[in-house]
Amino acid sequence: MAALGEVRVSDLPTSAGPDLDVRDASRRKHPWRWLSAFVVLVLAAQLVQMLITNENFGWSVVASWLRAESVIRGLGVTLMLTVVAMVIGIVLGVLLAVCRISANPLLRSAAGVYIWFFRGTPTLVQLIFFYNLSALLPQLTIGIPFGPDFASFDTNTLITPLLAAILGLGLNEGAYMAEIVRGGLLSVDPGQREAGQALGMTNGRIMKRIILPQAMRFIVPPTGNQVISMVKATALVSVIALSDLLYTAQAIYNRTFETIPLLIVVCLWYLAVTSVLYVAQSFIERHYNRGARHQTASFWDYLRIRPRSQS
Amino acid sequence: MSTAVLQARGVRKSFGHTEVLAGIDLDVEPGETVVVLGPSGSGKSTFLRCVNLLESLDAGRITVDGRDVGYDVRNGRLHELPPNELARRRRDIGMVFQQFNLFPHMTALENVIEAPVGVKGERRAEAVDRAVALLAQVGLAGREKAYPRQLSGGQQQRVAIARALAMQPKLMLFDEPTSALDPELVGEVLVTMRDLATAGLTMVVVTHEISFAREAADRVVFMDAGQVVEQGRPEQVIDDPQHERTRAFLSRFL
Repeated sequence: MAALGEVRVSDLPTSAGPDLDVRDASRRKHPWRWLSAFVVLVLAAQLVQMLITNENFGWSVVASWLRAESVIRGLGVTLMLTVVAMVIGIVLGVLLAVCRISANPLLRSAAGVYIWFFRGTPTLVQLIFFYNLSALLPQLTIGIPFGPDFASFDTNTLITPLLAAILGLGLNEGAYMAEIVRGGLLSVDPGQREAGQALGMTNGRIMKRIILPQAMRFIVPPTGNQVISMVKATALVSVIALSDLLYTAQAIYNRTFETIPLLIVVCLWYLAVTSVLYVAQSFIERHYNRGARHQTASFWDYLRIRPRSQS
Repeated sequence: MSTAVLQARGVRKSFGHTEVLAGIDLDVEPGETVVVLGPSGSGKSTFLRCVNLLESLDAGRITVDGRDVGYDVRNGRLHELPPNELARRRRDIGMVFQQFNLFPHMTALENVIEAPVGVKGERRAEAVDRAVALLAQVGLAGREKAYPRQLSGGQQQRVAIARALAMQPKLMLFDEPTSALDPELVGEVLVTMRDLATAGLTMVVVTHEISFAREAADRVVFMDAGQVVEQGRPEQVIDDPQHERTRAFLSRFL
């Protein structure tokens, strides 16, 4: 407020303000916030106490197994499976999505049937199915359809647990990725395609330079979620005796009966991997947000305690 | 063969049971600016989109620079072209859209050089030089690095004009270029277009801006119900319309 007696030269008269000013209003109390925060604190304290005092956690056992060679090898199998299955899933997903929106009705419905089948049956069942493929098709043959064969393989030797796992997870993922990619492609304004056509761009170039970069903004976040789901879904392969992270841990605790500590080892590794992926995802999202109105939140925003500013 | 840059004969187009174009004949000579006026739904935008085959024709024929855009003539018949050949022929026809349709993930400069570099295979450095000059020509010097959303509607539309010009088209199509703009931004786009008309660019402009037609057009074409009702010098068509439908349409602007 201007001091009394001071004369200000201004185009607009400055207001002295009312007697009652919102600036001086007493703020609303938030008793429920305080109560809920208190409850959370009590629960957290209990959790910490249990983690420290309950000897069944066996933290020393956890520490001794955390970086054991067999566990690290199991982690390697889990990561390799995730990468390979996701690559298959993404490539297959893009192909299926392009089929789904193509002008050819046969391609459209073929892709539709594929997606319907692989999304409609449990991943676990598909995995066991591929593992037991030899019971359905004892011989796999390459040749001209309904014509001569070039090569023939015994299914039992060809489909190892690893190949069954890759097929089961990858083909299944393709169906989910197809829907994600299709949604992304359809989210781009049709005017973008027309602008590309009017400039004399070929369909392939329009897809690569105009549609896909814009669709990426809608494809990348759910794909990140799919990768994180895939890391965890690979644990299913332990049922077909593939020595991933979980199967390795199971093999150890079947021997030593240190069930809980080894499951904690497994959880810690899964958490470590998914946390790294969350951070990577937030960076990739920011990259594809160039020119976009809404900037996305980073990984740390999930964990942040600082109150959000009111808008 | 005539000298016309654009030649349309008996162009027909239906959407379902609605006939949108009922036999359009139109010639556009080199350097000419033709403004197409007409009420909403008269088929003028559809006609424009037929020229570069964003819409296919049901009947008739359109040639640009003496060639069918989407067809080859072999053994006295028209044969539909494969998609990549169609894309090649569209290079010579620039188009400016009502909704701008700039590429939102590219800067103004990247929007302008995308097609010259990616489609024509121009050297990047040359394309950049020309793009900078073109952006300056449409009054956007210094905004090369701006993304479309950082520009006003009028600025975006001028980038879109520069983007189309960068392909050095023989014919420019403007599809209601000012209809999506706030009233105070219409003028800057019209001034840019008038300069292009004065510079001798061959243009077909679909618009509702009667004043632009009066100032910049060499010829005004009035369309209604999918037909060309009358055409001529702007002062003839606008000030002394011969047909009842033209008079009815123009009376709404007085």
